Amino acid sequence: MALSTIQNNSLADTAVHGYRNLVINGAMVISERYGTAVQSPAPSGYGIDRWATYKSGSGTFSIQQSTDGPSGFSNSALITVTSNSTPSGGDYYIYSHKIEGYNTAQLDWGTSDAKDVTLSFWVKSSVTGTFSGSLRPSPTGYTYVFEYTVSSANTWEYKSINISGATVGTWNSTNGSGVNILFSLGQGTTYATSTVGSWVSGNFHGSTTETDLIATSSATWQVTGVQLEVGSEATPFEHRPFGDELQRCHRYYFKHKADEGNDPILGTASNWSTTGVYSYFQFPVQMRTAPSGSYSAASDFIYYIAGATKTPSSIGLSARVTNYAAEWDISSSGLTAGQAGWMRAANGNAYIEYDAEL
Amino acid sequence: MDEVNITSAQWIADPISGQTQAAIRATIAGVQWDVPISEGNRHYAEIMRQVQAGTLTIADAE
Repeated sequence: MALSTIQNNSLADTAVHGYRNLVINGAMVISERYGTAVQSPAPSGYGIDRWATYKSGSGTFSIQQSTDGPSGFSNSALITVTSNSTPSGGDYYIYSHKIEGYNTAQLDWGTSDAKDVTLSFWVKSSVTGTFSGSLRPSPTGYTYVFEYTVSSANTWEYKSINISGATVGTWNSTNGSGVNILFSLGQGTTYATSTVGSWVSGNFHGSTTETDLIATSSATWQVTGVQLEVGSEATPFEHRPFGDELQRCHRYYFKHKADEGNDPILGTASNWSTTGVYSYFQFPVQMRTAPSGSYSAASDFIYYIAGATKTPSSIGLSARVTNYAAEWDISSSGLTAGQAGWMRAANGNAYIEYDAEL
Repeated sequence: MDEVNITSAQWIADPISGQTQAAIRATIAGVQWDVPISEGNRHYAEIMRQVQAGTLTIADAE
């Protein structure tokens, strides 16, 4: 086949045009933190991998990885208003995704060579009307507010929005936050603008005429298949293999937990002293930056050493954590310096999580 | 938008090097995190922002 016969109608062929989607976990298939459990109220931060909820105001909502989706999608993010409120002033309620600068550097935003992009997604809402969202750098500077219309209640609808490349602003092009995508679920006047469909100076979440989901009791809003790609044409959603998507998520968050079998090994360890143990754990992929670490109680872990077991009195992330490995500082007693062993989960509650989110 | 509720912060010492400010143990949005001293880490950046704003103090290591 001559190269000249490869035309735009081959855009659906992901074998030719793979790696188009700049969004990670746009199909909401990875949910390491909470699985499909409802989080009510929604956390102020990350829930479904790479996606976060934030709010300021008296209204509340829950977030859940739903198993409902349009044809071709097995999951979506489901937001349900649990306490409605009419937003005012600086109130805001948002669902957001931050794309790392390394992945958006190709856009040349902030220069005269800025490339246009297209945002596409599936949305389903119990409330109809005009909704809005925005793209912007982090922390602030310029905003592009877009609108979309939900025509039929409780019906999956496909939306695509062409966005002109940003020739203005300062955009991170390394491992910081490059482009932020925000879906507004309600806002007061502070973060609203009437300038829709073009870049505007300022820090906005959505439009002044948007429908505030948060104002309606028990309202629901779902989204999946979120794709941001270079160009002015929305192509079919890029379904990447689950393992591929999981690895991408692990650059930002990883949860090592004890719910996939008995006594999972958490890492090898050796005695630094009669009371101090150090354990080493290598991350499955190189993380975006040195992560923070959180963990369940020390009694959820057990240390196997020299034919015996020890329950740690404390554990903690040592100062020597990098973006590729962590060292754990464990305290116990009655040890012999120089011996080596390994750490296991003592029960199903054990977990260690690493966070290098944007 | 991303301001995080940090209710406590304490330096973590490194027993090997003797460094008394090797990392930070902080309660962030109700969860305890051990935070490395890393400019790219969002927790560290937020802790330092709140310290500079005078709204958070990091306690000495135990």
